[in-house]
Amino acid sequence: MSRPAARPLRITANVIGVLAFVVAIFPVYWMVNSSFLPRNKIRNPVPTWVPFGGDLDNYRTVFEGDQFLNAMKMSLIVTLCTVLVALVFAFVAAVALSRFRFRGRMSFIVTLLVIQMIPVEGLFISQYKMLEAMDLLNTVIGLTLLYVALVLPFTVWTLRGFVSGVPYELEEAAMMDGCSRMQAFFRVTFPLLAPGLVATGVFGFIQAWNEFTLALVVMTKEDKETLPLWLTTFADVNRGTDWGGIMAGSTLIAVPVIIFFLVVQGRMVGGLTSGAVKG
Amino acid sequence: MSDPVASTSTGAQTGAQTGTQTGTAPRPRRSPLPYALLVPAVAALLLALGYPLVRQVVLSFQDFGLAQQFGKPPEWVGLDNYTSLITDDYLWLVTLRSIVFCLVNAVLTMVIGVGLALLMRHMSRGIRILLQTGLLLAWAMPIVASLTVWQWLFDTNYGVINYLLTQIGFDFEGHSWLLRPLSFFFVATVIIVWMSVPFVAFTVYAALTQVSEELIEAAEIDGAGPAARLRHIIFPTIKPVLMVVGILQVIWDLRVFSQIYILQKAGGSTHDTNLLGTYIYRLGIGTGEFGMAAAVAIFMLVLTVALTSPYLRVMLKQEKEA
Repeated sequence: MSRPAARPLRITANVIGVLAFVVAIFPVYWMVNSSFLPRNKIRNPVPTWVPFGGDLDNYRTVFEGDQFLNAMKMSLIVTLCTVLVALVFAFVAAVALSRFRFRGRMSFIVTLLVIQMIPVEGLFISQYKMLEAMDLLNTVIGLTLLYVALVLPFTVWTLRGFVSGVPYELEEAAMMDGCSRMQAFFRVTFPLLAPGLVATGVFGFIQAWNEFTLALVVMTKEDKETLPLWLTTFADVNRGTDWGGIMAGSTLIAVPVIIFFLVVQGRMVGGLTSGAVKG
Repeated sequence: MSDPVASTSTGAQTGAQTGTQTGTAPRPRRSPLPYALLVPAVAALLLALGYPLVRQVVLSFQDFGLAQQFGKPPEWVGLDNYTSLITDDYLWLVTLRSIVFCLVNAVLTMVIGVGLALLMRHMSRGIRILLQTGLLLAWAMPIVASLTVWQWLFDTNYGVINYLLTQIGFDFEGHSWLLRPLSFFFVATVIIVWMSVPFVAFTVYAALTQVSEELIEAAEIDGAGPAARLRHIIFPTIKPVLMVVGILQVIWDLRVFSQIYILQKAGGSTHDTNLLGTYIYRLGIGTGEFGMAAAVAIFMLVLTVALTSPYLRVMLKQEKEA
């Protein structure tokens, strides 16, 4: 990549690069910008490009009433439960897959890959019926159960990569030095996995935090809404009258995710194509 | 940030160098331990996906409508649900619409994503980092937040897009983008492509960093032009990545639900804009026709599995080589 590119090619590439940057970032900028603008600037045929003289009124609107905070509480509980359960389940499964060779291992891997591709719309009808029969509609347990299954395949797949990345020889050496197999794993391999566990956990968090479809199916009561559901309801009520408030709500939901995403993305991108990129 | 795949590929290399490959650790052959370790994951998947799948197959052979919802036992109707669906013109219309929409989105995403990745190689360093930052932010946006922002951008009265188009001389004042189906799908396509391009661009760019510079230089000395280098060196090297990414796009674009559902609520005729996902939702959760909805869902599952098999083949080939 260090070769000097021909000049016209470089200029064309740079121009397209800047244009693509603007298209990519503008909606994100516009969300934040509009969230600070007072209503008379929002409802104005001429857009206000920078939020000079803006205020936090829109954010105040969002926090009016309990809906937003309730939804945030619901989202936090469901998401944290999901991440915790999925990490523990996936971690032990990943150890089995990368440290043992056993009959059925390959079929399990294939199953994981297939499950990862199943569209939620393909199953949500009967998942709804199942939770209804178990009396788990509109409950944290019900939604968490579906979310665990949603993030589990990817979590196992990624953690397996991290566990395999730690050479087994390290554990063997520890065992030579007198550790039991368990001790060797937990004292040598496990600490090396901590960053991988955190990254995978954060990724699961983002997935569950953003999830819309299953929440829509399972949480049918308004007081059980998660944040994405709250935002769409809020947008439906205020569309046309209060885009500033809607953008403030969107910003509040997006900012934590964006920060988390920037932190972990470098570690995670390979996940779905890891083998393919090796070259 | 510039090399998102580094961590995984290094992982693989470490394995290769030390000779410890995935799972070859010498362990007792018939130990029950690995199975025990899989129990929690398998149990969760069986309960949340396996049982519903079985139940859905059963449901698709039953007459399960509103009456059953209120306690009437479901009746076995054999293939009735399927036959009435197959003879239903609307299902075919929705399926066709879904497939066309999916292909248009997947192709556009791939073309733009791969194009940007190729161009990134020729950009100045600063511009490349700028673009990557922008793409990363777009990628990180939660789906519902992206949808509200884009609705605001396309807003009829105060949207920036109508304003800009009017400024450059078109008459878009008070233009309603979601009203007509074709325009509705245009908006949906813009949003979906905007959300999906970053993944493609980053993954392909990472793959491009693996293309051998020596090989390209050698080809250049031998007189190969840019097009020839692209065709004979670059594309063959990144072909596996392009395959996987392309298939993923098709699978993901076939199952767009949130985008369509949320845009439908914002305006536009549901009947004229339903894709498979929203159709199943409205049939089942909306009108209580669970038997019929289950049958359409099974149809969608079969369609996805058919699309997934080439992806599986590529991934498993690498799994064996690893």
